[in-house]
Amino acid sequence: MEHFFLYSAVILTIIIAVPLYRVLNGPTLFDRLLATNAIATKTIVLIALIGFLFDRIDMFIDITLAYAILGFIGSLIIAKFVTTEKVEPE
Amino acid sequence: MTDIQSIISIVLVVIGIFFMFVGSVGIIRLPDFYARTHSVSKSDTLGIIFVIVGLVIYEGFTQSSLKLLLIVLFIALSNPVGTHALARAALKSGLNPFFSDDELKKESKK
Repeated sequence: MEHFFLYSAVILTIIIAVPLYRVLNGPTLFDRLLATNAIATKTIVLIALIGFLFDRIDMFIDITLAYAILGFIGSLIIAKFVTTEKVEPE
Repeated sequence: MTDIQSIISIVLVVIGIFFMFVGSVGIIRLPDFYARTHSVSKSDTLGIIFVIVGLVIYEGFTQSSLKLLLIVLFIALSNPVGTHALARAALKSGLNPFFSDDELKKESKK
């Protein structure tokens, strides 16, 4: 079972690396923010899998909760900031 | 009993990782920003719910599995809200959606 967690964590790391393409050359600012949001939400699952891999899920679960809340608040605040800062339409 | 738990957990985690893979491919392949929000909000949320429910079934009835269920609830609420806030910000700052018949309209105007 630990082999299964190890392999699924490796595959999940490869899946997380895919939206970096959109972060690097997204056409607009919002594409980059969206890809960053996708990476942050998938990292939550990766941290939980690593907790099961080390058999210390009671410690890693608190890190996961804090990471989820911080990612959500950061995404909302950046969306609010971009709304109030008026971007000039071309 | 433990074998049945492991099999159900493996099946759920594999289904969830497949949905997250679909979400990642959607971020690369879809044509514009408003289409990409679908892949982030829907596919990723479903994949995360499947993976963490699989981990809960592997863990059993403990305090950690209760916290994992709280994470499922939080993500099911927060991920669509964050994506919707980004889409609203994009719409308010003047980013136009992409229609598949834009090219046809341009040609008919000429």
